[in-house]
Amino acid sequence: MEVTLQNLTKIFPSRNRKSKESVTAVSDFSLTIPDGKLIGLLGPSGCGKSTLLNLISGLEKPTSGRIFFGGDDVTELPPEVRGVGLVFQNYALYPHLTVLQNILFPLENLKGDKKLTKQQMLEKANEAASLVQISEYLERKPSQLSGGQQQRVAIARALVKMPKILLLDEPLSNLDARLRLQTREELRRIQRETGITTIFVTHDQEEAMSISDMIVVMKEGVLNQIGRPQDVYDEPVNLFVAKFLGTPPINVFRGRVESERLMIGNESVLEVKGVSDREVWIGVRPEGFIPCENGTLTCAQTAIEVMGRDMTVVASHPDCENANIRAIISSEMKVCESAKEARFDLKPNKTFIFEAGSGERIACGPVPLA
Amino acid sequence: MKNDRKAWLYLLPAILFLGAFMVYPLVDVLVYSFEEGYNSASQTFMGVGGYNYSYVLHDPYFLQAVKNTFILVIITVPVSTGLALLISLGLNSIKKLKELYQTVYFLPYVTNTLAVGLVFMILFKKTAYTEGMVNMLINLFGGKSVDFIDGPYWAKMFVLCFYTVWIVLPFKILILTSALASVKQDYYNAAKVDGASKWRIFTRITLPMISPMIFYLVITGFIGAFKAYSDAVALFGTNLNAAKMNTIVGYVYDMLYGDSGGYPSYASAAALILFGIVFTITVINLMISKKQVQY
Ligand SMILES: Nc1ncnc2c1ncn2[C@@H]1O[C@H](COP(=O)(O)OP(=O)(O)OP(=O)(O)O)[C@@H](O)[C@H]1O
Ligand SMILES: [Mg+2]
Repeated sequence: MEVTLQNLTKIFPSRNRKSKESVTAVSDFSLTIPDGKLIGLLGPSGCGKSTLLNLISGLEKPTSGRIFFGGDDVTELPPEVRGVGLVFQNYALYPHLTVLQNILFPLENLKGDKKLTKQQMLEKANEAASLVQISEYLERKPSQLSGGQQQRVAIARALVKMPKILLLDEPLSNLDARLRLQTREELRRIQRETGITTIFVTHDQEEAMSISDMIVVMKEGVLNQIGRPQDVYDEPVNLFVAKFLGTPPINVFRGRVESERLMIGNESVLEVKGVSDREVWIGVRPEGFIPCENGTLTCAQTAIEVMGRDMTVVASHPDCENANIRAIISSEMKVCESAKEARFDLKPNKTFIFEAGSGERIACGPVPLA
Repeated sequence: MKNDRKAWLYLLPAILFLGAFMVYPLVDVLVYSFEEGYNSASQTFMGVGGYNYSYVLHDPYFLQAVKNTFILVIITVPVSTGLALLISLGLNSIKKLKELYQTVYFLPYVTNTLAVGLVFMILFKKTAYTEGMVNMLINLFGGKSVDFIDGPYWAKMFVLCFYTVWIVLPFKILILTSALASVKQDYYNAAKVDGASKWRIFTRITLPMISPMIFYLVITGFIGAFKAYSDAVALFGTNLNAAKMNTIVGYVYDMLYGDSGGYPSYASAAALILFGIVFTITVINLMISKKQVQY
């Protein structure tokens, strides 16, 4: 089902009377999620991701703005009738019920023509349980499960009623690396097969990039960018998004534009046509460096890390925000390990220029120096 | 081993104390209850056997006391627990002035018993000047006045139950409101998202979550009601047998010190019968609660 958020704002009033500070958790948020897509919601801690999910599920009422499921305005509907599935950040499994009873609970609440027989409920619950590989724990209480197992029970409970919309609040954060990879692929497969419109909150941008149809990056309650993972990575709209995506993170330099030349320190690295003189931030992706004997950017080389397929040149530069510059280059390239100095040319399509003040991207096509 | 000995050493004062003031009297009561024809003046008895039990069990006053006690227990425990649950749910759901209401409901708990007695006088007692507030209400709706203090059995029983419920209610409300407040909002949120109705949330989430506290209240409520005595005295005076309002503990007391007093053997037998009843019911309660509450 298509989900549309229209100028959604949520302001939490201040708790005590003394401080008048209210928290704007979500601010003027507009977004349309196409039917059947998986959206990765990314943002730093406290930026309002959980609040956004609570608004969609109906647990919180928006201060202003509207929410539509398909064509229907559901803004005023209580959570009971919205029929979304939600995996809570802290699972919220019912401690007095067994795993099986937990998974059955949403089914037992179905009314009218959706009502199921006991047998059908059991079948569905077992199906959901085996999907997340918890079939052996059905008779246990949540307190007798590990964090990862509890998380999977929570996913099964949200999935079992086959909701039209599935909201997942960091559903994989407690799984080990292998299980995490496996579960996220499972989730992706289930999502593809069932066509459930899914919003997936995660801190792990790699996870978001790998399974999402689209990613949404938010900061302090404000939507910064939405798009296909690769597009957002290749064309970040501002410094925040550029910094947020990618491991290792983007290398950020203080620089300036002087007569259409991009300067870092006193070296001019690229040519930028049509940009007037100003202070800028320059972001260079780790894969944007080309080692070159007479490259335009000179850095102090500290180490070389070889990782089979490729290697990382670790370096530093006085104008770089990051403590260490990390340049990932093909291992076939020849670099001198004991060199004190590393010189690079920058790839124009991996180099982004941002306003020094606002951090907004300056649209321009940098080109190598003539 | 050494630790063991240390532990016993630390426990010694408590063991001595409990032995002298609890175990010894208990054993003594048991012994008394089997000594037939005990004379407290000469401290002699005629024989050993079950006669004391047989006498007590055939004494109409004792049977009346047992009947009264059971009626009191069966009515007041469910009523007071149910009422306390309703009131706590109400208190838990209001937002404004919550603390004020909680204080108001807790007031009777810290109020002097005499003051509570006074309230009941105003409510129920007939005097030369007034019929009592409840009777005024009955009259208002066209009914006939009832003498609640010296009148028919059911009227007196009603007052006794009313009084008992009133006395135990604040404590139960206090326990249940804090139990309700300790249920995390997350569970309610999860249940709402899972599509549960208000009623199902109450029966499937709230009740099981606070059930340990409810069982605690029921068990202590049973024990408390079985041991009722002073409430009846406060309402109907010390001659409870004449008023047909005696309780088992009242009967024991009368056998020791009352007008018919001076029979420690009968008193001991009655006390042990009461012990047997309370013990059985508590064990049953605990068995049921073991099955129910677990997480
Ligand atoms: N009930 C509330 N009352 C007041 N402020 C709240 C409430 N819930 C959340 N907030 C505030 O709103 C902001 C957003 O919180 P939210 O839980 O949505 O963050 P989040 O993006 O989910 O963070 P995380 O990744 O750490 O889970 C935070 O500043 C938080 O302090
Ligand atoms: Mg969160």
